[in-house]
Amino acid sequence: MERIPILRMGQFLLVTIQVDLYDRLALDLEADLVKMVSKTGAQGILIDISAVSIVDSFMGRIIGNIGVMSKLLDAETVVVGMQPAVAITLVELGLPLKGVFTALNVERGMDLLKSKIQIIEEDIIDPDDDYSTDLS
Amino acid sequence: MATDITKVFKKKQSAILERWIKNQLANEGLRDDLMSNEDLRADSEELVAALVSSLNEKTLLDYESSEFDHVIEILSGISISRARQGFSPRETGAFILSLREALIEVLQEEIKDTKELMDTSLKLYRLLDHLSVITFETFIKGREEVILRQTDEITEISTPVIRVWDGILALPIIGTLDSARTQVVMESLLTEIVESGSSVAILDISGVPTVDSLVAQHLLKTVSATRLMGAECIISGIRPEIAQTIVHLGIDLSSIVTKASMASALQYAFRTLKLEVRKTVVKSI
Repeated sequence: MERIPILRMGQFLLVTIQVDLYDRLALDLEADLVKMVSKTGAQGILIDISAVSIVDSFMGRIIGNIGVMSKLLDAETVVVGMQPAVAITLVELGLPLKGVFTALNVERGMDLLKSKIQIIEEDIIDPDDDYSTDLS
Repeated sequence: MATDITKVFKKKQSAILERWIKNQLANEGLRDDLMSNEDLRADSEELVAALVSSLNEKTLLDYESSEFDHVIEILSGISISRARQGFSPRETGAFILSLREALIEVLQEEIKDTKELMDTSLKLYRLLDHLSVITFETFIKGREEVILRQTDEITEISTPVIRVWDGILALPIIGTLDSARTQVVMESLLTEIVESGSSVAILDISGVPTVDSLVAQHLLKTVSATRLMGAECIISGIRPEIAQTIVHLGIDLSSIVTKASMASALQYAFRTLKLEVRKTVVKSI
């Protein structure tokens, strides 16, 4: 059965969608990704959709869902390489993908993920300051 | 005995033409600046010939008849070309209505019986009224084509995407934003973002006369599409009146970065890209 491969790269998971997603495939991807995040404890997911030229509301919702689900598992999602036609379609469908970050290409997406994770790490290191302000 | 009007008109064809041209030349609204007398004569001759050849006792009553197809074709051609040349409706109307005068004058000379004259004139009037309605229809159609073409041209001209800096695009919008224009604006902006790999786009609306809820919705759509592509969209050029209308209409633009002027939007873009613009200090010797 056809599956979309999920690559692990350090703290990140990479997914490149190179075929047009049909519903079954998208649902499998969603399930696989969530399992993978929980198994590896990845902190970021990068989904490259530059080869996707057709998108429907279901697919838009799946991408949004992946964002929200991985957020629950403490991972950020970045969608990269969206084609203009796909962006217009998603907006017209009323799916602005609120839960995910976006970037123009893989390189920028990686940078964005790294900066997000840095911020999160800083937040973890910082809590002492927060406590001191709370107590005072 | 009834006069055969087909024969009358055939015999008098050149007389009709002369009279008609005389009428047209005598008309105050004659536009010799738009059309030479020779062209006018050629047009008139063609039309009279077609009309006379298709006119007989039967078709005089039935003006929907296919006999008139050729006449209508010629008439439409003349009418459309006049619309494009910039003739006014009155001038185009005078063209066909003066033909009616010429025909009636010829009839008056030929038919002596008052009742018959009355009868034939009435039929002729109806026919020519029908023809003038067609003239007007095609005239307006011609004008509408001109308007449509101009609208297309305006849409094309008015949506240039400018690369102001490496990674910064600007898109000045001039004129009202409707759905069709938003589509064009969005498409050209998104394509340009991909091509240039820009991460900031500035949408300048200082040329948009009014912003209502529909226009605001179009703007919001463009901004979210840009965000989906992975770029940030700034709206600049918001005039005080527009700020007032936006608030009065209860439109929420708080999710968008808005700036008063292109300059401040550019400054913001520089900051996002961690660029710095400095004035060089010239040391005096």
